[in-house]
Amino acid sequence: MRNIWTIAKREYNHYFISPVAYVVAFAILLVIGLIFALVVYSSADNALYGGVPDIGPVTGSFAFMLVLSVPALTMRLLADENRMGTMELLLTAPLRDSELIVGKWLGSLLFALTIIAVSFVYPVVLNSLIEPGIDQGAMITAYLGLILVAAAFLAVGVGISSLFSNQVAAFFATMVALVILWWLLGFPANYVQKGAEVFRYLDMQSHFYNSLGSGMINVTDLVYFFSLIAIGLFTGTLAVETRRWR
Amino acid sequence: MIRVNELSKDYGSRRALDGLTFEARQGEVVGFLGPNGAGKTTTMRILTAYMPPTAGEAIVAGYDVVTESLEVRKRIGYLPETVPLYQDMVVSDYLKFMADLRRLPNADERVGEALEQVGMGDRAHGYIGNLSKGMRQRIGLAQALIHRPEVLILDEPTIGLDPSQVVEIRNLIREIGRERTVLLSTHILSEAQQVCDRVIIINKGRIIAEDTPESLQSRLVGAERVALRVGGDADGLAAKVEKVRGVQQVQSRPDGSLEFQFLPAQDARPLVAKTVVEAGYDLLEMRPIGLSLEEIFLQLTRENQPDIGESKKQKARS
Repeated sequence: MRNIWTIAKREYNHYFISPVAYVVAFAILLVIGLIFALVVYSSADNALYGGVPDIGPVTGSFAFMLVLSVPALTMRLLADENRMGTMELLLTAPLRDSELIVGKWLGSLLFALTIIAVSFVYPVVLNSLIEPGIDQGAMITAYLGLILVAAAFLAVGVGISSLFSNQVAAFFATMVALVILWWLLGFPANYVQKGAEVFRYLDMQSHFYNSLGSGMINVTDLVYFFSLIAIGLFTGTLAVETRRWR
Repeated sequence: MIRVNELSKDYGSRRALDGLTFEARQGEVVGFLGPNGAGKTTTMRILTAYMPPTAGEAIVAGYDVVTESLEVRKRIGYLPETVPLYQDMVVSDYLKFMADLRRLPNADERVGEALEQVGMGDRAHGYIGNLSKGMRQRIGLAQALIHRPEVLILDEPTIGLDPSQVVEIRNLIREIGRERTVLLSTHILSEAQQVCDRVIIINKGRIIAEDTPESLQSRLVGAERVALRVGGDADGLAAKVEKVRGVQQVQSRPDGSLEFQFLPAQDARPLVAKTVVEAGYDLLEMRPIGLSLEEIFLQLTRENQPDIGESKKQKARS
């Protein structure tokens, strides 16, 4: 556990000296800030007709932004160690391969949580603008969903980064994987005769938008996200282990 | 303590190590010599549990590198060939990170001590990316020393250092080698001569010689070699010297002087001197040239050279 924390701490601190991390944080917060402003203005216009401002668009677009920005957060995590030769340092230190991978993932998750925490200002503002406030249960659930999406994306990113020694390659591979998971995997469900259920279950988007994102907690969704995290971290550990045998 | 038994490593179909067997005891500095691609780095990577051997076993600090790799890794300090540093980290943060991975209780204190040991105490707060190659090398060494490891494995530790630092680092290695086990690789032979208690010369994944630097030298020097220099024109001198009794292998050197050798039992020097003077040359210099470790190295690593120990045994038998 202590080793995981040592690795995570270094990675977390590293984001604050990396321009990429600042650009990612800025981009996410800018986009969801604009969307928040639109939500407030448009619901002010619609207030006469009974429109109620909702935090859903903010968390929803945040999840969408994660598809594009997580690859930038995870690309260097292991690819850079492979490239710089510091992998040799880590693999000869008294550190389990799994501790290394989990530590890297945890470090990136902490940074994502930091960005998510900053965005928490929007629901707070919205809550103070309207009477009697927003649906706080739904809001908290949506945020929980957001954290799970981020954690799963980051695990996939860490797993993919461990396969490369080039950041750009890791970036694109991760983005393709996330785009498939988020948008494409669910499509066949509408067209195939058999196995539509499987595709429907694999569709990541629906696990967010149709449940946690709209205030519902289902065990199947939690299982889905935790499985994805486990697969990502397991892939990473396996990649580091096989590196020794190459 | 390092004990290696019949260690082999294949990279695909290429055999990088071929049945390596050697030992390094506590309180000993062992030098690993060999041309590029001889298997030095491969051996070190196996000993540090970075990768497993194809066959054979290696025991480091009492633990097997394959089955008890975590225990081994706790007890070794390793400076790889490419010094593994995070360019964008501050020196002291980097060492603190390494100390934390080693779970040192007094990490901050040890960071300071290790930096002092390698003479980098004044650079603790600089970025690693801004350091020169020699300084980075020393930070890499500090990282290997930080937990006072039982076994220190250094891949070319003095590369890129300036001469005064080289002396300091060699002294440091020798000092550490008094209590611990140090295995270092180098291709600077004088370094091996100065620092190591024992030298292992490997080529193409096999050990071709193993002994103290001194006895390696004396073992190979079968004959004494002498350089001879005369004033003015040295035409015809080689032919004359060649005729002197006991003189062998006369060679002209590019600077106009001659080199020859004789067997220790029969000192040919007085006769050569006489011959030279009588032939009307001005004898300026006649001095012995010992076989340097460089020459030993070259001799040994030439193709198809049998193991020295083996040939010595054969000599004893015949």
